[in-house]
Order: sequence, then structure tokens, then C-alpha cells
Amino acid sequence: MINHRNWVLAVTLLLAGTPYLVLADSDVAQLMADCGDCHALNNPNYTQQSATERKNRKAPPLFYAGNKFNRTWLVAWLQNPERIRPAGYYPPAHILRGADGDSVDTSSLPEHTALSAADAAQTADYLMSLKPFTSLVEAAAYEPGTLSWKMGNLTFGKFNGCDACHRDAPDYGGTSGPELYTAWARLQPGFIASYIADPVAWDPHTLMPGNSLNPEVVKKLADYLKVNGEDFK
Amino acid sequence: MNKIFLMSVVLTISGVLPALGNEGDPDNGNALYEIYCTQCHGISGDGKGINIADMSVLPRDHTDKDEMSARTDEELMKAIKHGGKSVNKSVLMPAWDSNFSDQQVDDLVAYLRQICCTN
Ligand code: HEC
Ligand code: HEC
Ligand code: HEC
Repeated sequence: MINHRNWVLAVTLLLAGTPYLVLADSDVAQLMADCGDCHALNNPNYTQQSATERKNRKAPPLFYAGNKFNRTWLVAWLQNPERIRPAGYYPPAHILRGADGDSVDTSSLPEHTALSAADAAQTADYLMSLKPFTSLVEAAAYEPGTLSWKMGNLTFGKFNGCDACHRDAPDYGGTSGPELYTAWARLQPGFIASYIADPVAWDPHTLMPGNSLNPEVVKKLADYLKVNGEDFK
Repeated sequence: MNKIFLMSVVLTISGVLPALGNEGDPDNGNALYEIYCTQCHGISGDGKGINIADMSVLPRDHTDKDEMSARTDEELMKAIKHGGKSVNKSVLMPAWDSNFSDQQVDDLVAYLRQICCTN
């Protein structure tokens, strides 16, 4: 049963009351539709899928972007994207095999699309509104502190082996993980601590080992990324 | 009659028990190994992954038959779940306990047994 009068009324109200809003929303929707070809903008419930879904992902999930990034970094990066993952988002897809072992086939790494300043700001506003994991950040209860670079560097390298997969300087460390010398500029402090403490809670199929570190070590590692990152601003 | 029955029960149990500890699926292990392990152990499992340039201890060559046959399944499982430190090896071998179910660890061990020792 269709109630004709209510329907006409609804259409009239829509046309009369909200033209500006509809237009602005559809701009963002249009922009985000492109991003959604590669990035997850809604929670894909990875736990209900097998680990092989990680292999098929084209790009990092963005559905928790508002819990992860610093807005200032986001706006700048979207206009001038520099590579974060030296071996791409799924390293095994970008490998050349040689006599001395595997190396990264840099020619196979895609360049990221760049946005105009206006689009970058609008997109960042939208991404920063996506915050499904605030409770994870709060559980980490991290207050940034300080420690000597040297102690931090030993904690990151020698004692915990983070440098096997991550670069803490442009020319030092592993290449399968995101570089971390710009981590402090890029990421929210609470995200950094929470991800180090329990990466699997953020992403059940993360390529980062869970490691189960105690809270003091997590704090030292996050503080190291702060101290170390201040050199790379 | 009774004796034959008993004997067949004993034979069945002794046949099944060792299999219980070793029910990993090597194909699934292969898929997991590509995703998680090749970053260090290499696409062909030879220990020469993309991460090794600055590593002070090199990843184990999983195709090395002599070294790998010297390890029990339990030792391999322990190294995977609790990291190199737990078996007096380098901290550069991470602890994957919270990433995998026990079944997935069994699958990985079954795959390791395949690439080291079946030719
Ligand atoms: C063709 C696939 C593709 C499209 C389309 C795409 N991206 Fe990306 N994006 C990637 C990949 C791959 C990376 C990882 C780049 C790196 O690590 O250097 C990435 C990284 C990012 C990052 C950093 C994420 C992180 O966790 O480090 C942001 C933010 C981002 N993209 C936003 C966007 C936005 C906004 C759009 C739409 C305007 C978009 N992307 C469109 C593939 C894509
Ligand atoms: C086996 C390689 C590996 C090791 C070892 C490792 N990580 Fe990671 N880490 C990764 C990968 C890969 C990601 C990105 C998640 C993904 O792509 O699945 C990541 C993500 C991160 C992030 C979030 C960065 C971002 O931009 O998303 C932080 C922070 C981090 N790791 C810190 C550490 C610290 C501190 C250690 C040492 C305790 C460590 N990692 C050990 C591979 C590793
Ligand atoms: C961050 C790099 C890294 C990653 C990722 C990694 N390993 Fe290792 N692994 C090592 C290193 C280094 C050693 C050698 C440790 C030593 O000899 O002290 C090792 C050793 C081992 C050993 C042998 C231990 C022994 O008794 O000799 C096994 C088994 C193993 N790794 C399995 C795996 C599996 C399975 C995965 C994937 C789930 C994996 N590793 C991922 C670095 C890594």
C-alpha cells in the first residue's frame, strides 16, 4: 500500500529543505567511492574470514582512520603521498628472487593518487570521523613520556627486534612493515601504544607478530618513536 | 575372539595417537607461510627474505634438511608460538601466539616438514 500524499510530501521536503547538504554529501561520497575501490571504509569483520583475505587486500583499511591518524599529517599526505611501506602493502607480491635472496621489485609498487588541497581537507574530515576503536585506544592508557634515544634504540632493536621489519631511519631496518621514522607525525600516540601492545585487536590478520609485550616495554617503544621521530619532522 | 578384538583395539589406538599430534594441513600451512613468514624466511623458505639486510642473526633456512630434522615438532611449535627466545634462539624470531590458532600452528609445522624433508 503506497500512501501517495506522504510520498509527495517527502519528496517536496527533500527538494526544498536540503539541496545544499545533498550536494556536499554527494561530493564526499563521490570522492570516497574511488578510495573504497582499494580501502575498506566499513568494518569488513576480518575475524569471520580466513587469513588469506589479507593477501587479497589492495590497501590498508581506513575504517578506523579517526582512531589512527593525525589530521594535519593526513591533509598534507593526501596532497603529496610519499611511500610508507617500502615493500608495498602485501610484500610477497612485490618480490624478486635472486642468488643473494629476495629483494623488493620497486618498479611494481604503485604511486598513490594525489588530491587537491580542498579535496584533501574534505576527505580528511570524513576519515577523521571514523572512530570505531576508541575503546582500544583508551585501554592502552598511554601518556607520552621521554627516554634517552640510546635506551629507546636498544629497546626497539636489540631487545625486541622491531627493526627486523621496520625502518626507524630512512636507511636502516627491515622493509616489510610501514616505516616508523615518521610514525610520530603520522599516528596518534594512543594508536601507536595500542597497536604495539595488541596489533591483532586492530587487525586479526596483521602481518605484525602479536609478541605480548608488557606495558612498560610498550611505553618505552612508543616513547622511542616520539623521541626518534622528532629528528625527522 | 576376545584376544583378537583387544589386539585390534590396541593397534588402532597406537596407530591413531601419533597421528593426533600431527594433523596439520600443509596446504593451509603453505598459504600462512607466504603471508606471515616469507618477509624474513624468504619466498622459497631459504632464510633470505627481504628483511635480512640489517639483521644480526639470519633466519633459519627451512629447506636445510639436517638442521630441520634435528628439531622435534614440539620445538618448532614452541619457536613459532613463543618466539626465538623461548628456545634459546634470537629474539629476531618473533612470537606469533596471538596471531594463530593451535590448528594454524600445526598447519605451519606440517608445511615446514614438507619443505625441509620431502623431495
Ligand atoms: C589503487 C588503489 C588505491 C586507491 C584508489 C586509493 N588508495 Fe590509498 N592507499 C593505497 C595503498 C596501496 C596504500 C599504501 C601506500 C604506502 O604504504 O605507501 C595507500 C595508503 C593510503 C593512506 C595511508 C594509510 C596507512 O595506513 O598508512 C591513506 C590515508 C590513503 N591511502 C587514503 C586514500 C584516499 C582518501 C583515497 C581516495 C581519494 C585513496 N587512498 C585511494 C591504495 C589506494
Ligand atoms: C614481522 C615483522 C614485524 C615486526 C617484527 C614488528 N612489526 Fe610492527 N608492523 C609490521 C607490519 C607488516 C605492520 C602493518 C600491518 C600490516 O600491514 O598488516 C606493522 C605495524 C606497526 C605499527 C603501526 C604503523 C602504521 O602506520 O600502521 C607500529 C606502531 C608498529 N608496527 C610498531 C612495531 C614495534 C614497536 C615492534 C617491535 C616490538 C614491531 N612493530 C615489530 C611488521 C612487524
Ligand atoms: C622478523 C623476521 C622473522 C619472521 C617474520 C619469522 N621468522 Fe622464523 N626465524 C627468524 C630468525 C632470525 C630465526 C633464527 C633464530 C636463531 O637461529 O637464533 C628464525 C628461526 C625460526 C625457526 C627455527 C628455530 C630453530 O629451532 O632453529 C622456525 C621453526 C621458524 N623461524 C619459523 C617461522 C615461522 C613459521 C614464521 C611465520 C609464522 C616465521 N618463522 C617468521 C626470523 C623470523
